[in-house]
Amino acid sequence: MISHESIEKNLGLLIVLTILIVSVGGLVQIVPLFFQTSTTTPVVGLKPYTALQLAGRDIYIREGCVGCHSQMIRPFRAETERYGHYSVAGEYVYDRPFLWGSKRTGPDLARVGGRYSNDWHVAHLMNPRDVVPESIMPAYPWLDRPLHDPGIQAKMRTLDIVGHGYTEQEIAEAPAALQGKTEMDAVIAYLQVLGTHAPKN
Amino acid sequence: MSDFTSGFWPIYISVLTLVSIVGTWVFLKSQTTRRFAPGEKAELMEHTWDGDLQDLNNPLPRWWLGLFYGTMIFGLGYLALWPGLGNFAGLLGWTSRGEYEAEVKAAEAKFQPLYAGFMKQDIATVAADPNARAIGKHLFLTYCSQCHGSDATGAKGFPNLTDNDWLYGGDPDTIQATIANGRNAAMPAWGPILGAEKVKQVANYVLSLSGRKHDATLAAAGKAVFAENCAACHMPDGTGMKALGAPNLTDKVWLYGGSEATIIETISKGRNGVMPALTQTLGTTSNKEAKLHLLAAYVYGLSQKQ
Repeated sequence: MISHESIEKNLGLLIVLTILIVSVGGLVQIVPLFFQTSTTTPVVGLKPYTALQLAGRDIYIREGCVGCHSQMIRPFRAETERYGHYSVAGEYVYDRPFLWGSKRTGPDLARVGGRYSNDWHVAHLMNPRDVVPESIMPAYPWLDRPLHDPGIQAKMRTLDIVGHGYTEQEIAEAPAALQGKTEMDAVIAYLQVLGTHAPKN
Repeated sequence: MSDFTSGFWPIYISVLTLVSIVGTWVFLKSQTTRRFAPGEKAELMEHTWDGDLQDLNNPLPRWWLGLFYGTMIFGLGYLALWPGLGNFAGLLGWTSRGEYEAEVKAAEAKFQPLYAGFMKQDIATVAADPNARAIGKHLFLTYCSQCHGSDATGAKGFPNLTDNDWLYGGDPDTIQATIANGRNAAMPAWGPILGAEKVKQVANYVLSLSGRKHDATLAAAGKAVFAENCAACHMPDGTGMKALGAPNLTDKVWLYGGSEATIIETISKGRNGVMPALTQTLGTTSNKEAKLHLLAAYVYGLSQKQ
């Protein structure tokens, strides 16, 4: 057995042994997840985001919504009573990156799709206090401007590489689908699809 | 959950985990300097830095080494009791789903008798019960207040529930149906069909229906337009139709606003107020029906006080 003296004096060996020890955690906890059916198979009905939803998701990321809103319902009764069924891994297959978040200044949004009308979302994003007087959420009135997302096709092609499976037709029609829409339309389209394929019971 | 794509992965995880723990143990043991015999001095390491800085090969403090071994023993104990080693479920048989279901079951057992009592009463009776109203208020704040406001008086486009003016009907069963299945209002956009002039005429006629300030000439012209286009849903006298959620235009309640400009906007662009169905939203437990019952009773009770 090598003595600690020789490890301490041999920097190369020290680095190799450190990497070996540190990598065990990742090798055991992360790598097998890529070979687990429940984490790699989408839940029934889940589709990759459409062009408009994808553009809305990017605005959601740009505006930092994830800083205050999580998208992950934990298996606790207090959460399922308020939001609906707890989240399962297969719901996030097309989320790259996932937006689970880690802070709930506002409510969780993993089940927000269909919960409010489009009109409500417009009123709420323009000024949250118009519909929820107690709200501390900032207003996002500037979202009511034309959507400009020239990279949409490139984004869809990139996501295709990791298996989102957009058809050539969907990619070709993407710019037309964003034509005449506002950023607010895109964000609402994204919000209204969240959790709509959640397990039901 | 262990649903790996091949049988290799559980073995891979178990072997790597155990080998790393045992390997760390052996490595730590082999690197530990033995304890000194009484009177024995620590060996001086060969190197000397900065002229006189020397290094003694002392054993690690035993409490500190103990932390390492303690961690490994804890790890092995954890792996025996809880899931961690591939497909092995652990001696306790714990799962996060099982813990959740036990929590739900305990809550159901606690609340079910209370809910069962309310379920036996009709909504109007429940609405008068202060205990039921206290529960209903919490449910309302959780599920309804975002649109209808925490005091239930609504906002522009979101109905006031306290004024006993109902778009779809205010009897208990209709309220319950509205909550469970939602509502989709469909007032079409009349702007492109009627043109700006006729829209202005009919808007003034609508203003006249509730006795608001209007231009009598325009209103007179609008009467015919109304009879031809609007009466089908809002009825010839403008009192509305609850089956379609077409509002009464002769009262003083305006969902979107009763100014001439807003009425013109409503007529031109149409209105499509949506009340989402709450069946899925009301949680996933077996108390869902009871929650719907209590919520309907609370909403019904809001306008019954007067």
